[in-house]
Amino acid sequence: MRKKKCTLPLMMMTGNKKTFKTGGEVFVQKKHWTFRITGFRLLLILFVLTAVVVSLYRFIFGLGSVTNLNDQWPWGLWIGFDLLCGIALAGGGFSTALIVHVLHKEKYLPIARAALLTSLIGYIIALVSLFLDIGRWYNFWRPFFFWGYHSVLFEVFWCISLYTIVQIMEFGDIFFERVRFPSLKRILHATIPFWLIIGIVLPTLHQSSLGSLYVIAVNRLDPLWWSMLIPFFFVWSAFFLGPAMVTIEGTLAARAYGRVPEMPVFSSLTKVTMWMMIVYLAVKVIDLNYRGVFTQAFNGSLESNMFLIEMIVFVLLPIVMYAVPSIRNKLWGVFTASVLVVAGVVFNRMNVVFTGMAKSAGGHYFPTEWEILITIGMWSALILIYCFVVENFPILPKEDLVSHESGMASGQTVNI
Amino acid sequence: MTRNMGALVDITKCIGCESCVVACRLYNGLEPGQDEEYGTARDGNAELAPNKWTVVRSCRTEKNGKQIRRFVKQQCFHCLEPACASACFAKALQKTPAGPVVYNEKLCVGCRYCMIACPFGILRFEWDKPFPRVLKCQMCLGRVTDGQMPACAAACPTGAITFGDRDKMVEEAKNRLAANPDLYTGQIYGLKDAGGTSWLYISDAPFEQLGFRTDVPQKPIPEYTWQVLRWTPFIFVGWGALLTGMYLYTKRRAGVHEEEEMYAAVDDDDGK
Repeated sequence: MRKKKCTLPLMMMTGNKKTFKTGGEVFVQKKHWTFRITGFRLLLILFVLTAVVVSLYRFIFGLGSVTNLNDQWPWGLWIGFDLLCGIALAGGGFSTALIVHVLHKEKYLPIARAALLTSLIGYIIALVSLFLDIGRWYNFWRPFFFWGYHSVLFEVFWCISLYTIVQIMEFGDIFFERVRFPSLKRILHATIPFWLIIGIVLPTLHQSSLGSLYVIAVNRLDPLWWSMLIPFFFVWSAFFLGPAMVTIEGTLAARAYGRVPEMPVFSSLTKVTMWMMIVYLAVKVIDLNYRGVFTQAFNGSLESNMFLIEMIVFVLLPIVMYAVPSIRNKLWGVFTASVLVVAGVVFNRMNVVFTGMAKSAGGHYFPTEWEILITIGMWSALILIYCFVVENFPILPKEDLVSHESGMASGQTVNI
Repeated sequence: MTRNMGALVDITKCIGCESCVVACRLYNGLEPGQDEEYGTARDGNAELAPNKWTVVRSCRTEKNGKQIRRFVKQQCFHCLEPACASACFAKALQKTPAGPVVYNEKLCVGCRYCMIACPFGILRFEWDKPFPRVLKCQMCLGRVTDGQMPACAAACPTGAITFGDRDKMVEEAKNRLAANPDLYTGQIYGLKDAGGTSWLYISDAPFEQLGFRTDVPQKPIPEYTWQVLRWTPFIFVGWGALLTGMYLYTKRRAGVHEEEEMYAAVDDDDGK
């Protein structure tokens, strides 16, 4: 199965195929770029086009013309969902990189590239959302030169921009496997450990900083969510969300492409998430007690109820599901629990941005249909780009490799 | 040395005439909206807006069993250590040595983090403009640096607004409270709130009944952020070193994988 890697393939174009010789062996590789158009994909393309039109309108006529944002609610759906949740959901990239490439847990290698890809697309989408959301977008580069280093947003902005570049570098290593450019590929490949390490440090910093953004809202965010530990909660949850996100993506990709899901990888990853969630829950309880607001979680207010739902349905329940072998070793079980984990992190971010701020902000905010259309367009673009890249670049493990290495899971059918 | 200026608003002296509101608009060239009326203080529904940097709100409350009505001039408090300026990552909002917290639209990115950060909810955004600005009271920077008082203070006919060195204003407030302990509540709003503000208020009715936020921390708000942010370089170096160590340590034991042989593009043609 393992072959000597060819460093300098001799390329010969023969019609539509590319043939290159390597030490006597001849590979034939698909040359043309493919993107199959299905009804579903057409629908997604339609969503993306709609979003493009709406955003053009927004750029010409201002934020007020398409959004319900107001002085009480300066941040809405795009920041709360597209940016905060988008970046958190992309946490699969850095947690997988840490597990696979730094700790060298090689059994998780099959999912590494898919995780990197989703993360990269997630960040690009988040950056586009941010660009849509800022009022004076032609000034977006200012913080690179006017160092407001006392602002959390400064750190977030720098880290997210740099990390996106780092991810492009990491992806370049894959890109140049398809688009042959040996000299660049060699340079990239040699420096990849550097990109990997910096590609974990940066997201650790800004995932936590996204939480630190709300430290300043000390008298505005409900004490159930406001804490000096909020940066820890944000980075910790973004990390433990990673394996769950990878499980969902893997399952969906397997289903879409008629492949065998990497079940052993999924169920063994649950251990990471489970233990980290137990720590998360424990620190939450200790933190609430320390600040003397523990009883506020049970006072029956909207905030307390939302907090309890977050903790019980989206933290405690998945912990239990992951702990029970008969659930975590079944595809439906590990999938459902993972969906809960991911939904829980989204729920948490929404609570911080909206529920927790509602009382002090006053006023009223609910996104307009235009805001929602743009968000739908963003996430549609994410799916489309994912499909295109997966179908044209070596991202998912080779089929024979999966069925070979996950022999014990091959009893699982893909009919989910 | 530059003088650190401040203002003292004595709510017991305000009659709600809104001269300050008019003066503010004239000096700063703020055009009123089409269907906008003056005299909104009567209804108590005056709201700050991009073109209204100060308003006078009317509050009805009770004192000693009697219905009373008080007028509260509202504008930016000009914190001594402003949360908005600390939140700005482009340095568009800055505290000037003379006291005013001023906005520079040339640097502003329009992210609105300052609006999340402001503990008093003062900042206003031009939602209907393609290139919106964040607007608020600038404490008449030009006048103040020239040694004059802000337009609103100069226009006040009843002496409800006193302007001068902030230290003197604190002293003046304390003197008034001491001279008339039966009238005033004994509190100076802005003395310690948000770590202290350039605008100070004294009143004969409790501040929470007059629409003031009494949940504002008593220490400078940027300190909270800084407690977290100052760890950034250490985390960057420490975490990076730890990761590098782990990488090198586990690499020796790891097998060599030819990644190129592991993955392939999905062949969608025969996938279904």
